[in-house]
Amino acid sequence: MRTSGRTRKTAVIAVAGLAACATLITGCSSDSKDSGSGGGKAAANEKITLHIGDFGSFGYDDKTGAKLFSEYHALHPNITVIEDNVSDSGAYWNSLKLHLTQNSGLDDIQALEIGFIANATQPQYASKFVDFNTVKGFDAGAWLDYKEKEATTSDGKVIGVGTDVGPTAICYRKDLFQQAGLPTDRDAVAALWAGDWGKFVTAGKQFKAHAPAGVAFTDSASGLFNAVLSSQPDQYSDGSGNLVYDTSPGVKTAWDIASTAVQDGLTAKLQQFDANNTWTAAFKTNKFATVACPSWMIGLVATNSGPANQGKWDIAQPPQAGNWGGSFLAVPKSGKHVAEATALAQWLTAAAQEVKVFQKFGNIPSNKAALSDPAVLNTTNAYFPGTPVGKIFTATANDIKPAPIGPNDGVVKDTITQNGLLDMEQRGTSKDKAWSNVQAQVKDKVGDQ
Amino acid sequence: MATSVRATSDGDSTGWRSKLYRLDTKASPYAYIAPFFLCFAAFGLFPLIYTGWLSLNQVELGTGAQWVGFHNYAELWDNQFFWNALRNTFTLGLISTVPQLLMALGLAHLLNYKLRARGFFRVAVLAPYATSIAAASLVFVQLFNPDYGMINQLLGHLGVDPVQWSSSKWPAQIAISSIVTWRWTGYNALIYLAAMQAVSGDLYEAAALDGASRWRQFVSVTIPSIRPTIFFTIIVSTIGATQLFGEPLIYGGNSGSGGSAHQYQTLSLYMYDKGWQVGELGQASAVAWVMLLILLLIGAVQLFVLRNNRRKLGG
Repeated sequence: MRTSGRTRKTAVIAVAGLAACATLITGCSSDSKDSGSGGGKAAANEKITLHIGDFGSFGYDDKTGAKLFSEYHALHPNITVIEDNVSDSGAYWNSLKLHLTQNSGLDDIQALEIGFIANATQPQYASKFVDFNTVKGFDAGAWLDYKEKEATTSDGKVIGVGTDVGPTAICYRKDLFQQAGLPTDRDAVAALWAGDWGKFVTAGKQFKAHAPAGVAFTDSASGLFNAVLSSQPDQYSDGSGNLVYDTSPGVKTAWDIASTAVQDGLTAKLQQFDANNTWTAAFKTNKFATVACPSWMIGLVATNSGPANQGKWDIAQPPQAGNWGGSFLAVPKSGKHVAEATALAQWLTAAAQEVKVFQKFGNIPSNKAALSDPAVLNTTNAYFPGTPVGKIFTATANDIKPAPIGPNDGVVKDTITQNGLLDMEQRGTSKDKAWSNVQAQVKDKVGDQ
Repeated sequence: MATSVRATSDGDSTGWRSKLYRLDTKASPYAYIAPFFLCFAAFGLFPLIYTGWLSLNQVELGTGAQWVGFHNYAELWDNQFFWNALRNTFTLGLISTVPQLLMALGLAHLLNYKLRARGFFRVAVLAPYATSIAAASLVFVQLFNPDYGMINQLLGHLGVDPVQWSSSKWPAQIAISSIVTWRWTGYNALIYLAAMQAVSGDLYEAAALDGASRWRQFVSVTIPSIRPTIFFTIIVSTIGATQLFGEPLIYGGNSGSGGSAHQYQTLSLYMYDKGWQVGELGQASAVAWVMLLILLLIGAVQLFVLRNNRRKLGG
């Protein structure tokens, strides 16, 4: 009895000891792999799942995108990539901020939107991300100069690699334009409003005069506002990052154009990217004839409008070229597989992959080599048959003159588009009242600068 | 010798034993309730005090604290959005609590009758309470969608113009209060039912002999008999209404702003907006403490009314 008990005890101790040793050994080995920041060369037998957190559409997935995750899995059979996606970039950033400060709930890769990148490069957040300058094989010169500069902190750390930029055009419904007696050819349509956003509103009035019942000229005041603002040299902040939105001529121009469109009843009163999906549903039910189309929007137009509307959309040059949106991929330091995640982020934003995303989905590359690739220039999109998608967007992408951005731009943008303009559209609040509300809210959120 | 040894050892052991016994009767109850109070200290008291300390500081998400005294409270006093949130909390609380308790009373009265499948109805009435706030809110968001929601479609058949259930102030508040009412009516009804079953049958018999109608019995017998229970539900519902958070948050698409013009931003939502969306933890903590003070104030008023009432009844 006694002996058998003792042997059992010894066995238990031995097993526990072995298990502890095993844990230590694997822990050590994976640590040594991590520190060697070389491109994702984890032990081939070690199964790894990498989570990538993003918003809107990055065009990576298998369903509508370029199937990059599957491709990566084929190249690295031990690595599986899972995308955690939400629709609204503002809500995404709010929860990401929280997770960063708590160092928990973070994905291995986190996407950062341009509206929040200046906030993310502030010390308290930037310190949580891997500095790409310390990563082997990283060359900031591979991306558009202004793109990587936006993700660089004041002390020279690069916290993100550029995914796309947002040269903005106008997507319009040929069939609805025809019914309203407007031209349908993309050059003739562009000529309607060439050079002046005011003419875009005039075209909207012409459309409204003969429009089919229940169809508005454009989807939302906020979309129009963002498109106009993105073409302005002054936006929310000055060169040193201070908010100047209430004196900025660019914001005033965009606000005036958008509120005129609201007062003339040219918008479908929708909120872009709303969580209740009213906006996405409205694409299918033909509620509007135009939508301001940064390159990343054409993928959304296609998915939201569905196969029934294929071939009905076309893309025309905007009144003035601008850059709306574009994102970065960043790697939180606290992740379990930092080296692998860094390698994946670099792979996803390398020229070859950005070309694939553009060809399949429409996000214009921020990688210089990809942008000048003839494959991008000659790209067409099956959803927009006959439209020279590549030519339209690369033409503006190379000419983008970036406006200064500041850490509070995202807050101001959300307040103007989700409160001020939406309030005017949906509740008929006057333009002046809506603007003073915006000022009061920004003051409440950002404080006096 | 031997006996004396035995006696001392005996006396020792009984003394030790009785000490242990005394300790047991004195200390054990404390030990039994200790887990609750330890948990309360860790998860209730500490956050409460820490939040109070935070509210006297300027703290931004991810940075250190800086002492500012009562500055955060002074700012709230001058802040139109805080007052707006307070008004919304009050109106939302009123239009969800009052109909909810009245309906619960009626339901309980009906369930108190002898009817077929009574057990089924009693469980059914509790089903909404068992649903998660998120799931219920999501369903109501779909029902109340101004463009394709079922409610506007039904109203359309009756010839009513589409109601802007999210952008107009009162329709939005009514929609949100309907979620609250839907969830809590059954819960309160069961509490009332339990109280009603404790009312003596003799009272009803006597009333019936005197020729009192069912309605008369309800007003003159049931209501006075369950008055303490009614007060209890009023207090609990008021606390719930003051902390209203999940329903308006999900109704507004997970945005803390509570509608384009803050038409349904409650105090909790405002606190959330300040804390997690703006990152001003100090100001958010000040809102939390103001909410606590408001609740204590309401509680004191209700206690005062209750005591007054009891004195009146007692004569």
